[in-house]
Amino acid sequence: MVLKTPLSRVLGLGAAKEGASHWWWQRMTALALVPLSVWFVISVLLLVGSDFENAIGWLRSPMQAALFILFTTVVFWHTVQGLQVIVEDYFHTEWLKIAVLIAIKMFIVLVTVVVILLILRIFLGV
Amino acid sequence: MMNRPISPHLQIYKPQLTSVLSITHRATGVFLSLGIPLFVYWVWSLEQGPEAYATARAFIGSVFGRALLFFWSFAFFYHLCNGIRHLFWDIGKGFELPDVYRSGWLVVGVSAGITLLTWVAAYMLRAST
Repeated sequence: MVLKTPLSRVLGLGAAKEGASHWWWQRMTALALVPLSVWFVISVLLLVGSDFENAIGWLRSPMQAALFILFTTVVFWHTVQGLQVIVEDYFHTEWLKIAVLIAIKMFIVLVTVVVILLILRIFLGV
Repeated sequence: MMNRPISPHLQIYKPQLTSVLSITHRATGVFLSLGIPLFVYWVWSLEQGPEAYATARAFIGSVFGRALLFFWSFAFFYHLCNGIRHLFWDIGKGFELPDVYRSGWLVVGVSAGITLLTWVAAYMLRAST
């Protein structure tokens, strides 16, 4: 089902320049984060009071390592999308707004790659 | 544009549950994102080995660390519960004003309750090890 009017298709993707894609993916990441958050909280709780060996053992399990990478990726993605909306709402100087958005996005991409590499190193034991 | 009055005047605007919960959703989101460096540091310490992990645990387990974690846990559960409330709105459910207030108070109660339960569970698990 196509909900767009013919005019909107001609004019492109609206003032946001990307149509409803940002809105949609913010909801999809939110939805995915409901079960992932429950998993994360339970995992962290089970790590309370456990030693280094237990914590490492937890991330050596393929399922847990996969869920950790999934949680990190989705939660950081969701963070970017939320912060982007806030920056767009409250920054009224165009160049500053774009500079802050670029800085946030680069920072999030960096920490996502770093966490994935760290988890892989723990998982593979290298 | 003249210097026309801008609405709403937040200084004299009576706070309502709806508006307070709305801005709290944003505030908790920003606050949670400030936890990313500590999160990355924690994972890094796990990768580094027992000594680095012990240092990270000592910091996280300190009074300051625990206080931060307490506020982050509440922000996390609040953002999660209110996020679910938003998802219901996105599919067009719960828009009547009495429903909005009911779900609002439910979010406040449930997020406070889960925060408390989580900390009770954490201290019990800690005592048992």
